[in-house]
Amino acid sequence: MAASAPPPTPIGPPPDETGRLVVALRRGDPAAFETVVRDHSPALLAAARRILRNEEDAREALQDAFVSAFKAIGSFEGGARLSTWLHRIAINAALMKLRARRRRPETSIEELLPRFQADGHQVVPNEPWAEPPNELASRKETRALVRRMIEELPDSYRTVLLLRDLEELSTEEVARMLEVTPNAVKIRLHRARQALRAKLDARYRMAAAT
Amino acid sequence: MDPFITCKELIEFLADYLDGELPAPERREFDRHLAVCPSCVNYLETYKGTIALGRAALCDPDEAPPKEVPEDLIKAILATRKRPAT
Repeated sequence: MAASAPPPTPIGPPPDETGRLVVALRRGDPAAFETVVRDHSPALLAAARRILRNEEDAREALQDAFVSAFKAIGSFEGGARLSTWLHRIAINAALMKLRARRRRPETSIEELLPRFQADGHQVVPNEPWAEPPNELASRKETRALVRRMIEELPDSYRTVLLLRDLEELSTEEVARMLEVTPNAVKIRLHRARQALRAKLDARYRMAAAT
Repeated sequence: MDPFITCKELIEFLADYLDGELPAPERREFDRHLAVCPSCVNYLETYKGTIALGRAALCDPDEAPPKEVPEDLIKAILATRKRPAT
């Protein structure tokens, strides 16, 4: 099934080059179609791969995205960049595929969330990390480790983290894409960060590092 | 009644605190708690560190998408345009 296109972008003339391309696409010009497919596929496929973590699904999502985009090209009115518009459609296509393939219940992240005593204090008091985050982030191997930790999160948390912190979509936009309330997005993002923090804390907290 | 919020309340609403979405009275309560609770200060700092590390990992320039997309995939997409509408 093809992904739905995002709502029409704000009214306004597209920039010249994009405008010419969009006019050609609306005419059904095959050369314009090929230009757009070749120019935008690398970034769109990468976005689909990040969400789906499965090459075959990502390829199908990319095809669905282009089918949707060219059906909806009449609603592209400029204001947004063509790349941004296509990106949203590709993310929608990937999320639809993710929902379609999700058959098993997700693993719980409860054990990664903070635990509290009856008086509201944490069961285990928090320690600082042995190194500042900016120093940790400067190392390639640490960034790779953090990506693996994010990969381990259940899809519903991992996707919110990707959409908010990598794709930089707003809470409201993520909520529309995931068909949940903005408050549910905020809660999931907070829990995803808490779970990731717990994984990082086990490795980098002062006591663990010494 | 203890006027201070608990560690549990602080951690539950930490994202709102960091996003500046708490009303001023609640924000003052958070600041009062943080002034006397080193454990929550550590949680706050490592939570902020997690956001920064997560972003650095996800936006890693060393992990830029490959420039090449398999040609068979490009051709499959182009072929969808040639099929008659159903």
